[in-house]
Amino acid sequence: MEPGNFEPKIIGFLCNWCAYAGADLAGISRIQYPPNIRIIRVMCSGRVDPLFVLEALKNGADGVLIGGCHPPSDCHYLSGNFKAWRRTLLLKRVLAQFGIEPERLRIEWISASEGDKFARVVKEMVEELKKLGPNPLKLTEEAK
Amino acid sequence: MTNMEKNVHSSVLVVGGGIAGIQASLELADLGHKVYLLDESTSIGGSMAQLDKIFPINDCSICTLMDKLTQVSQHPNIKVLTNAEIEGLQGEAGDFEVTVLRRARYVDEEKCNGCGACVEKCPVEVPDEFNMRLSKRKSIYIKYPQAFPVTYAIDMNSCTKCGACVEVCEYDAINLNETEKRLTLKVSSIVLALGFSPFDPKLKTEYGYGRFPNVVNSLEFERILSDYGPYNGTLLRPYDQRIPRKIAFIQCVGSRDAQLGNIYCSSVCCMYAIKEAIAAKERDPTVQCTIFYMDIRTSGKDYELYYEQAKKKYGVRFVRSRVASVDEAPDTHNLLLKYVVDEEPRTEEFDLVVLSTGMCPPKNVERLAKILGINLNKYGFCMTKTFSPIETSKPGIFVCGAFARPKDIPETVTQASGVVIKTARINTSESCKQAPVQPQVERDLSQEEPRIGVFLCHCGVNISNVVNMNELAEYAGKLPNVVLVEHFLYACSRHSRNKIAEKIREQGLNRIVIGGCTPRTHEDLFLEVMQEAGLNVYLLEIANLREQCAWTHLEQPEKATEKAKSLVQLAVAKAKLLTPVLKPAVDVIPTALVVGGGLAGMTAALELANQGFEVHLVEKSGELGGHLRNIHYVLGEENPQEELKHIISKVSSSPNIHVYLNSEVVAISGHVGNFQTLLKHKDGAKEIRHGVVILATGALEYNPTEYLYGQSSKVITQRELEQKLAKGEFNAKSVVMIQCVGARTNDNPNCSRICCGHSVKNALKIKELSPETEVYVFYKDIRTFGFYEDYYRKASEKGVTFICYEDEHKPSVSLEHGELKVVAWEPVVKQWFSLQPDLVVLNAATVANTDNRNFAEMLGIPLTQDGFFLETKMELSHVDTPRAGVFICGLAHSPKFIEETITQAYAAAAHAAEILSKSRLEIEGTVAVINEDLCSGCRICENLCEYGAIKMREENERLVAYVVEALCKSCGVCGAACPTNAINLNYFTTEQILAQIKAALVE
Repeated sequence: MEPGNFEPKIIGFLCNWCAYAGADLAGISRIQYPPNIRIIRVMCSGRVDPLFVLEALKNGADGVLIGGCHPPSDCHYLSGNFKAWRRTLLLKRVLAQFGIEPERLRIEWISASEGDKFARVVKEMVEELKKLGPNPLKLTEEAK
Repeated sequence: MTNMEKNVHSSVLVVGGGIAGIQASLELADLGHKVYLLDESTSIGGSMAQLDKIFPINDCSICTLMDKLTQVSQHPNIKVLTNAEIEGLQGEAGDFEVTVLRRARYVDEEKCNGCGACVEKCPVEVPDEFNMRLSKRKSIYIKYPQAFPVTYAIDMNSCTKCGACVEVCEYDAINLNETEKRLTLKVSSIVLALGFSPFDPKLKTEYGYGRFPNVVNSLEFERILSDYGPYNGTLLRPYDQRIPRKIAFIQCVGSRDAQLGNIYCSSVCCMYAIKEAIAAKERDPTVQCTIFYMDIRTSGKDYELYYEQAKKKYGVRFVRSRVASVDEAPDTHNLLLKYVVDEEPRTEEFDLVVLSTGMCPPKNVERLAKILGINLNKYGFCMTKTFSPIETSKPGIFVCGAFARPKDIPETVTQASGVVIKTARINTSESCKQAPVQPQVERDLSQEEPRIGVFLCHCGVNISNVVNMNELAEYAGKLPNVVLVEHFLYACSRHSRNKIAEKIREQGLNRIVIGGCTPRTHEDLFLEVMQEAGLNVYLLEIANLREQCAWTHLEQPEKATEKAKSLVQLAVAKAKLLTPVLKPAVDVIPTALVVGGGLAGMTAALELANQGFEVHLVEKSGELGGHLRNIHYVLGEENPQEELKHIISKVSSSPNIHVYLNSEVVAISGHVGNFQTLLKHKDGAKEIRHGVVILATGALEYNPTEYLYGQSSKVITQRELEQKLAKGEFNAKSVVMIQCVGARTNDNPNCSRICCGHSVKNALKIKELSPETEVYVFYKDIRTFGFYEDYYRKASEKGVTFICYEDEHKPSVSLEHGELKVVAWEPVVKQWFSLQPDLVVLNAATVANTDNRNFAEMLGIPLTQDGFFLETKMELSHVDTPRAGVFICGLAHSPKFIEETITQAYAAAAHAAEILSKSRLEIEGTVAVINEDLCSGCRICENLCEYGAIKMREENERLVAYVVEALCKSCGVCGAACPTNAINLNYFTTEQILAQIKAALVE
């Protein structure tokens, strides 16, 4: 693959109440961002099972975004965002042990009014992932 | 999910489409009333739509409001009448006939679907009032992007009738010759939620508003801060659109101002100025914000913490001074503020000045009051009484929100709920029971393979201008299990939805994918289609092609088309695995438990009893009445002891209320609809079963350790003073009152809200009984918000001396030869001085009832740091807790006045009645499901669940978890943590999400 043409694929797990609504607002406000992300709606960022992240990476995602409500008190379910946060921090360590750059997993607090922030996060992720290059698991698969 | 058409008992007219009117309408409609929601403007939403954030949580205002707008738009019992005003009223309570004038909109609401093609063609630009004229809009316009109805309107004052919009409209929705219409509504009651009009700061000529471009009012500043405002959320000043470095906020513009006649305090400006200052600081921490004030009135629940945070965390500067004048530096357009601090005149330069403008009565309200036959108070707001805070002077007409008194959003929403219980009573004479939830007749799919229908929406040109819809349709048609792909110009239109239902039946579709706009706003519309077509509502999936694709990749049509294909593929992958979910329903015992026999508890109990529900009213002490027993006067005409007697006699004589005195709640278990409670009283124990709980446990008076309290009989609390006054035992010639004893301290940082009013009330009483008695009040800030300000002014006029003290200059009380001596700081002359009063009266704080902790533990509900019950959403209703079926009211929630307590008790009763009126309560189907075979009994999920929805039981001698569906809120936190993957979440199952992941990553 030509490094210059690499278009990273991102899976975004966004909570229904804040981050998903923020992504909607980006659209309503016509804020443009790269089309590399596929959004999967969940009710709460706390629903994101580490398995989802690992499966996404295993299936070739170059990056995973978890979007939730701002701590401490925005979470519709009181503390789901904290639970997601804790899991993410732990998961990043696990990823590093597997030889996957922890930067491929990102957790962000995006409120329903932060369309601009959502767009910015996607832009940043795409740029960073372009620098990181494709998901190493994908290369291993291809080598087989 | 969707609201099925409910039994309509009777009709209610709600006047005013702001948050108060919207809230009242939604709750009335949920209780089965037909609601007409009338607004004079082109859209509902009111002032809240213009706000950037809402305090005290700083949530986005429009997001909170949008949720409500969507509910209104989809509620079958609500009819929204915009561009409308009342012209006449006939009849009486229970049988009103209202004449309504609907001014022409020139755009047909039935035909217009908000595509906006007309706006592009319209050649006329005018200042946009919604953005406070800081930006432009066209002659044909929609008030704000999220507005409801999603219908354009023409402003004929600027329209040139060129006809460009008529030509471009594909729906033939525009009629430039439309005329006004009149209609007659038959309603049984009327709710006035007229809101307020902002004070016109041009009247304060010394502040230069209207002359200096960088002097703005608070609503303009809200628009400047707003993400969808004139500067897209960038903090800029109007003149040169530079970032202001120094911002001054001037408080009380048009409030507490005898010269202008607005003597009252607008109650909300201190909080919103602090909020705006914080918002400015959050945009850019280097911006300096200064708030010029007379008294900071942050007396709401935890508002004092908000104020402290502004000072300490954000570095907002507070200056106690009335700004004398604002001048403009001609070269920079900066502003020079003249003010006096410490008797010293100063001039300070700012880049931007925000005037915290007060609330005035709604425009033209005198005319409406005349038509309706209601009385206004001397300021032009609706006249109400302390013990009937939501009733107007005319039976059958009720009031809520700022029109009753300037108030903030949480109080407004609470009052709007409160109105419902009163309105519902008049309307439901025959029965307050609703029809039981009808079981849906759904097709049995157990033997069917997934047959997926994909319906793609062009959304006019919104999606199809970017995404190649033919290519997308072709792609979708090849996806596994897809048997039908159809296009619609607008899938959401009534016509298209009928067509979808028809296709479902005709083609035997059993899973539906819509490719269109966001499910957050349009899902409910399509769920209705599912029901109509006999499909379970959980067999629908929406691919978000508009907000999350077409609109964000406008310049990349090819890539957007690829993404759209992928999004549809994701949706199809999930749809294939969707299974019908039956909404669980719980039986509701139509009985309430009310804990606490004070004013709040008795009021809530009476309202529920009046609706025909059985109530168990539990009081710890030996008699009913609570704190009201100690209150002998109010700031107003009424006699509280007479009122109390009246209320107690009503409670005692109500056949529906069982009063338990000297009784305590020992245990509560169960869930909404079915709680079991164990009561203990001196004769033994009793178990009661009930559907809801209302906690009205009251609060306690702080027992002072300061100022020699308890050491001298001449140092008493304000409550004790009131007893003396009432019993005729008062004979002091000189009285010192000290405010904030045990409140606004390091140990108890919050303000007790009621004490300033309490002091003013008793000071006036002293002056009435003994005019020659000297009264000194030492205060930090006088917080006589709203119309109480009038009494503060009267007290000053009667010679009560108010002296401000800061923490470093607290007054001290000593005894010298048996005589009291108070040494205090005179802040103007900056000297200590002493007084020899006969009596020192301490305004002891109102602190939380220590029992609250037991209830919090039994019910799993949170408390504030200072031990009051914490509601779910502090920025909205005050009565709901995270535990379904458990409500709070009165002092148990936070310190409050009598009328506020009554209002909140009404609101709690209304929310309780909403549940009790259903024989079975349907709950969301998206609940956690546990596979007992896989469960290892590790209890991780049980500990993680915030709602206590996961419980453990013994099953074949091993411990397994199970879900109490009535408590589950669908977050899915448990499923994500289960080490054996034993937990799934309906409609968001692990398998479905994994399928979405795989579909998203297909090369």
